[in-house]
Amino acid sequence: MNEQASLGQSRGGKPSLWALVWTFNQVALASFGGGLSAWSREVIVVEKQWMGEEEFLSASTMCRILPGANQVNLAVFIGAKFQGIPGAVAAVFGLTLIPVLIVLGLAVLYFQFHHVPSLQKVLHGAAAAAVALTLAMAVKTGKKCLHGPVPILLFLATFILNGMLRWPLLFVLAIVGPLSLIWAWPRPGTK
Amino acid sequence: MKIWLQIIILFGSLSLLSIGGGNSVLPEMHQRSVNDYRWLTDTQFADIFAISQAAPGPSILIVTLIGYKAAGIFGAFLATAAVIIPAGALVYLVSRFWEHAARSPIRTAIEKGFAPLTVGLVLATAYVLGRSTEHDWRSYLLTAICAGVFIFTKVNPLIVVAAAGLAGFLGWLG
Repeated sequence: MNEQASLGQSRGGKPSLWALVWTFNQVALASFGGGLSAWSREVIVVEKQWMGEEEFLSASTMCRILPGANQVNLAVFIGAKFQGIPGAVAAVFGLTLIPVLIVLGLAVLYFQFHHVPSLQKVLHGAAAAAVALTLAMAVKTGKKCLHGPVPILLFLATFILNGMLRWPLLFVLAIVGPLSLIWAWPRPGTK
Repeated sequence: MKIWLQIIILFGSLSLLSIGGGNSVLPEMHQRSVNDYRWLTDTQFADIFAISQAAPGPSILIVTLIGYKAAGIFGAFLATAAVIIPAGALVYLVSRFWEHAARSPIRTAIEKGFAPLTVGLVLATAYVLGRSTEHDWRSYLLTAICAGVFIFTKVNPLIVVAAAGLAGFLGWLG
């Protein structure tokens, strides 16, 4: 996966500040109805190839653990990776500026008319597709990293504890995280 | 002036408390902005929550709308900045450490070991979202069809989301 990342970087070079603003704006606007995390992967890993799959996944988990909104954190992380503090600011601006204006516009409409029925219907459909995109992300990334019984067990344990039993994220990570690290710790002698 | 300070302190502290994402501090946000400061009513809080969930962009933008109700447009931008900057600064520091640790065992272990775990979290997100939004059998069918398209074809996802939105608009989802 690291090869893929370096390939992407050598082909495109470091994204400029403007590219960061534009790309995160693209991610944000695509996420109409939800699925922001799946859209981030779709644009950053698949389309732009700024990061490899494993680097992206681990970055997004760290951004979940740290306080703050996950996707804003991910924008800071990726922006800082390429362009330091200005990059982080650019990525956050791209992710939030237009959505802030949209959400304010919607709120003004909402407080004027109290409900916008056709908008709710459109959102209902878009939300069904956003769930599907998140599901597809699990399938596509799973195919690449769930090889062998241990990763499959780690995956299942996380899904069952966090998704089905609704345990808080921190408890789940406190249990599955150390097991994952022990499994993945590089051992001398093996590659 | 006092209200600006309240906005900065409330959302700045919630920023650092929101471990696991913005939704984890919603109860506290509700308590402070509705019951303590009375910037908005219970119903208005529920309404702007729905708007911020559905609108494009991060759902934490609910704070933009609370700031707007509390102190107008300036309050909106103040609340947004207050909720982003403290957590963002922390993420920045961690990302610097991460770049320094490029070839260390801990980074290798996290990148390899957290991948299966993250796939579990992503699937959990899809599961929880699918069950919480008002999904009846028609929505599940639409979700299944869209997932099939995303997994087995290279169609631009935006086209699929737009088509699903159209299906909703036409009333196919009830």
